Amino acid sequence: MADGIQKHEYVDPRPPVLGPGHDLRSVTSKIADIVFMRGFQKGWVFGFAVAFLGALMLFNTIAYLVLKGIGIWGNNIPVGWAFDIINFVWWIGIGHAGTLISAILLLLRQSWRNSINRFAEAMTLFAVACAGLFPALHTGRPWMDYYLFPLPNTMGMWPNFRSPLMWDVFAVSTYATVSALFWFLGLVPDFATMRDTAKHKWQKVIFGMLSMGWRGDARHWSRYETAYLLLAGLSTPLVLSVHTIVSFDFSIGIVPGWHATIFPPYFVAGAVYAGFAMVLTIGIPVRKFYHLEDFITVRHIRNMCKVMLTTGLIVCYGYALEAFFGWYSGNTYELFMMKNRMFGPYGYMYWLLILCNFLVPQLLWFKKMRDSLFWIFVVCMFINVGMWLERFVIIVMSLNRDFLPSSWRMYRPTVFDFSMFFGTIGFFLTLMFLFIRFVPMIPIFEIKVMLPEAKVDEHKVEELTKGKAPVGVTPVPQFGD
Amino acid sequence: MAEFDDPSAVVAAARQTYEAGYRRINAYSPYPIEELSEAIGYHKNLVPLTVLVCGILGGLGGLALQIWTSAIAYPINIGGRPLISIPAFIPVTFECTVLLAAFGAFLGNLLMSGLPRPYHPVFNVPAFSRASQDRFFLCVKADDPKFNVTGTRAFLAGLGAKEVSDVEQ
Repeated sequence: MADGIQKHEYVDPRPPVLGPGHDLRSVTSKIADIVFMRGFQKGWVFGFAVAFLGALMLFNTIAYLVLKGIGIWGNNIPVGWAFDIINFVWWIGIGHAGTLISAILLLLRQSWRNSINRFAEAMTLFAVACAGLFPALHTGRPWMDYYLFPLPNTMGMWPNFRSPLMWDVFAVSTYATVSALFWFLGLVPDFATMRDTAKHKWQKVIFGMLSMGWRGDARHWSRYETAYLLLAGLSTPLVLSVHTIVSFDFSIGIVPGWHATIFPPYFVAGAVYAGFAMVLTIGIPVRKFYHLEDFITVRHIRNMCKVMLTTGLIVCYGYALEAFFGWYSGNTYELFMMKNRMFGPYGYMYWLLILCNFLVPQLLWFKKMRDSLFWIFVVCMFINVGMWLERFVIIVMSLNRDFLPSSWRMYRPTVFDFSMFFGTIGFFLTLMFLFIRFVPMIPIFEIKVMLPEAKVDEHKVEELTKGKAPVGVTPVPQFGD
Repeated sequence: MAEFDDPSAVVAAARQTYEAGYRRINAYSPYPIEELSEAIGYHKNLVPLTVLVCGILGGLGGLALQIWTSAIAYPINIGGRPLISIPAFIPVTFECTVLLAAFGAFLGNLLMSGLPRPYHPVFNVPAFSRASQDRFFLCVKADDPKFNVTGTRAFLAGLGAKEVSDVEQ
């Protein structure tokens, strides 16, 4: 804004959501240049190589798993659900922040989300891809997984729609599809920008195909905006339903430690908690590496910390209530489950969980901590670990000692459990590395909307329509930065 | 086709063009400008209706699928429980509603806009590559009843356009 701040204008004391000194041109180039950069930076190559090694580990584990069967995992009876379901829930939870940022914050008109939504949505997609691997392989015969879908077959069999596991299939596949549509729709105008700024013919062709001939027609924009808003509106209940249904996998069962009505809200809050932690875990280094401080500002990071603090407290409320339910039910098995959880053979996992998810994140109450990227990163790592521990506590510790002491058995993961888990992290990071290098990771057009010069000034329009102001004195954007 | 470098200028120009009686006009901008589509007389789109219809179809279809498979095609009697157990069918019905509605929003938006369409005459104007970056365009189509090459050209130039060019078919 060339004319500066007017006297009566309210001055927002918070840090801006967009660094100063940007115009339409500089936004395009700053974001597009990351994609059009020639060659690869050393840091990227190194990171990609490490991540890809992890992905290779995953592929090898899967090959061996399909060859030998799921006996290579540590799963046993009674712990039939172990790392695979823990990891599944963990990944799905991480994905939820993406939809929360892109859909719910859009509906709430939180414009600060504009610069982080694409990135978070990509995270959602990749996390869901990792999550989906686990139940698909846990069936033991992944080539028969089509049984999960209601496909006509010669045996005349159909899935049982009364099973929460069936609901899960629908919830997760719908979630993956809708997230992909939402993500791609958001990318279309940016692909058009990329097509028009590309220097090489092959880039123009590729981005041209991806942009589907988008030309910024005002009518198209109008439809586009409506469709985007509706998709956000649809994603909002969807994201809540997905983790609710995931929690039904447990709470519909009668196993002590699973059969609790607090599960759906507690799982959803946990998902958002884990997701925001992961957004920051990846966002902080990427922001630094690609110098995106103008687009992902201190304001974003602070806001995300506050969301984490809130959802973290909801999760801790869930822990407290679980303990309360155990005590208040007066049920022998529930009481024993709580005692076993805190002081049983895996008790240390429970206390680690309390440390990671309850104690450490309280640091975020302090403004100093919320302003230090290093400490935020540390807290996020604790939360990432803590959310994984939470699922371990719920799944393994409820199963390994249920009603009959004669059926109790300890669970011990094998090397393949770990190689599969760390492998998915590698796979996830591989996809993230490819994404940040080859796709505009910050929505170009949504950032442009936030620029002051992009706003239509009604007074000016009126003056121009009446022909009072000579056109041409409108300040031309300064190119280059 | 007229080129502008300021969002307010293009909106003003679009309003004047519309008031001058032109109806077959198009505007182009690098980001959504609500006032612009309003200015060229485009107020309502059919996307919400499409989404509603798709959502209802998805919901009914999902419910019908479950009822048909559980009660007719493959009935399983578990302790005499009802075959059509609506509460247990709600999650999948909901997911099917959302899935179809989302496809309605995505495909409806693209197909109604005539996309994907890799070639369009406006791309022939060299300056148009900046329509996705920092420039705004207003285009009067040759099949507009009021259109005539010289008159329309002069009219657009008079609106304060930076440049006026012809779009080759």
